[in-house]
Amino acid sequence: MAEAGIRAGCRAYFGYPITPQNELLEYMAAHMPKVGGIFIQAESEVAAINMCYGASAAGARTMTSSSSPGISLKMEGISYLAGADLPTVLINVVRGGPGLGNIAPAQGDYFQATKGGGHGDYRMIVLAPATIPESIELVMLAFELADRYRVPVMVLADGMLGQMMEPVLFPEPVDPAALPAKPWAITGARGRRPNRISSYFLDPAELSARNVKRQRRYQQIEEQEIRYEEHETADATLVVAAYGSVARIARTAVRMARSEGIKLGLLRPITVWPFPYSPLRALSRRVDAILTVEMNAGQMVEDVRLAVAERAETPFYGKLGGLVPTPKDILREVKRYAS
Amino acid sequence: MPVNAKSMVKVFERPKSLTDVQFTYCPGCHHGLVTRIIAHTIDELGLQERTVVVAPVGCSVSMYEWFHFDGIQASHGRACAVATGIKRVNPHLIVFTYQGDGDLAAIGTAESIHAANRGENITVVFINNQIYGMTGGQMAPTTLIGQWATSCPTGRDPALAGYPIRFAEIVAQLDAPVYVTRQSLYDQKRIMATKRAIKKAFQYQVEDKGYSLVEILANCPTNWRMSPVETNRRLADEVVKSYPLGDLVDRV
Ligand SMILES: Cc1ncc(C[n+]2csc(CCOP(=O)(O)OP(=O)(O)O)c2C)c(N)n1
Ligand code: SF4
Repeated sequence: MAEAGIRAGCRAYFGYPITPQNELLEYMAAHMPKVGGIFIQAESEVAAINMCYGASAAGARTMTSSSSPGISLKMEGISYLAGADLPTVLINVVRGGPGLGNIAPAQGDYFQATKGGGHGDYRMIVLAPATIPESIELVMLAFELADRYRVPVMVLADGMLGQMMEPVLFPEPVDPAALPAKPWAITGARGRRPNRISSYFLDPAELSARNVKRQRRYQQIEEQEIRYEEHETADATLVVAAYGSVARIARTAVRMARSEGIKLGLLRPITVWPFPYSPLRALSRRVDAILTVEMNAGQMVEDVRLAVAERAETPFYGKLGGLVPTPKDILREVKRYAS
Repeated sequence: MPVNAKSMVKVFERPKSLTDVQFTYCPGCHHGLVTRIIAHTIDELGLQERTVVVAPVGCSVSMYEWFHFDGIQASHGRACAVATGIKRVNPHLIVFTYQGDGDLAAIGTAESIHAANRGENITVVFINNQIYGMTGGQMAPTTLIGQWATSCPTGRDPALAGYPIRFAEIVAQLDAPVYVTRQSLYDQKRIMATKRAIKKAFQYQVEDKGYSLVEILANCPTNWRMSPVETNRRLADEVVKSYPLGDLVDRV
């Protein structure tokens, strides 16, 4: 993911060590200088996100990464980035929580990532990869989307992805000099009027106007950027909804179910915000149940239920505390609704 | 007698680096003086097209509106981290933060010290007015022993709230900073000295020398509940006893 960031033209990375994402920070420490980029091990996650805020305002493609407790510390900064319309890419390699929790894979940060997390009326694009090759693809995409919409974008990974090895093919690197200009950036007011980057607007009418404008951009994102994958859903009577590593495990469960004659399919959101409500709505019209499987006590399932309403059953199966569901666990759960 | 405009000499004019937007500071507040001194300094050094102000949260929260150069608003306490991000991406820019004592020496202690310790090539202007101005006069880490504030209504008690923090001294014992000084504004001589200190700090940044901190003992007539004249007397008689004036580090 670090290499993907550099290839996406990221030239400023700021981070603070936390397991399970230290390899990312260490990779940046070794490789950023080679491309003339900036690496700083910040004094905290709070400092790191505010360095991103400054670096992004100065026009660079910027990135920070952390894991759950560190992401909590970044929340005020994310809100400021959103409020000042600054692009930045964040990686959250989610671990078990709440509190210090543990370093095992988990998905307990879904609400934080997709429903706000920080204060104020903002949104963040959240991309959830299921494999290492997809992580690379989505990190590259994250930088594109961040710049296009001037929003913070999060790649929501988990400890399993953070500690896995898979062969990958890297895309061609992007030349930062060839990227579209950012006329809003603070580069020195030479031959132009001063640029100002702020989220502070004391006048309610002005703040409202800015917020309304930003909400229109969010709407555009919802119309154009929803990504998801459907697997074996064409004839399915039952569907598992899962994202990230869990979706990968669910794929095996689909194969096992099909070998036993159960018509199981999988819907995997790739963007968890914007969330693929309409494909789920469409599925809910022709299946009996949509089983949401997560490594938490039930977070994405709330979005699934919003999409499905009462059209199909919407049970939930979750593993907590860093425990990972097996394909057999999922299959067993599926069978309860298959009859 | 008719006045011949041509024969008049302009002895006072608005710095080019200031916009027409009115300051929101209270009358008699030293913030206004320092803001003006900075604008003047940027004019003198010819840096208007390269300068970036990092505004804090505090009474100077919207100071980027007052300067005729690029600016950015930082979250409470994080100005030095924001300045770090900007300066590292674009070392050609002249980047300064302007922070109150709550911003720099309470909530932002970590960012303020570590930017100094990394020797970021930035200028930090620190307004030590011994109180939280914007939020209505609560105790600051710099509040004097016995001083009244809304959140220490019987005066600052060291048993409860510790002692006034001498931030310049803390920064001065680090290896990286090139210039650390404490100044004040209670009389004409002090104002001129502050002006020279700010100019030197910017000059060092232009020369790529490294990190500078200019701490300025300032007033807050509104929340000290004194007239501006009385605040100057207090600064000269009381405040300097806790915060000695002068250069602490000048490595250039
Ligand atoms: C995270 C956060 N906490 C608290 C505040 C409220 N707040 C605004 S300004 C301020 C203190 C300002 O005091 P100081 O830094 O001394 O600057 P002054 O107003 O005196 O210039 C506080 C606590 C805030 N904006 N953000
Ligand atoms: S509240 Fe105090 S520090 Fe703030 S502008 Fe008024 S006098 Fe100055």
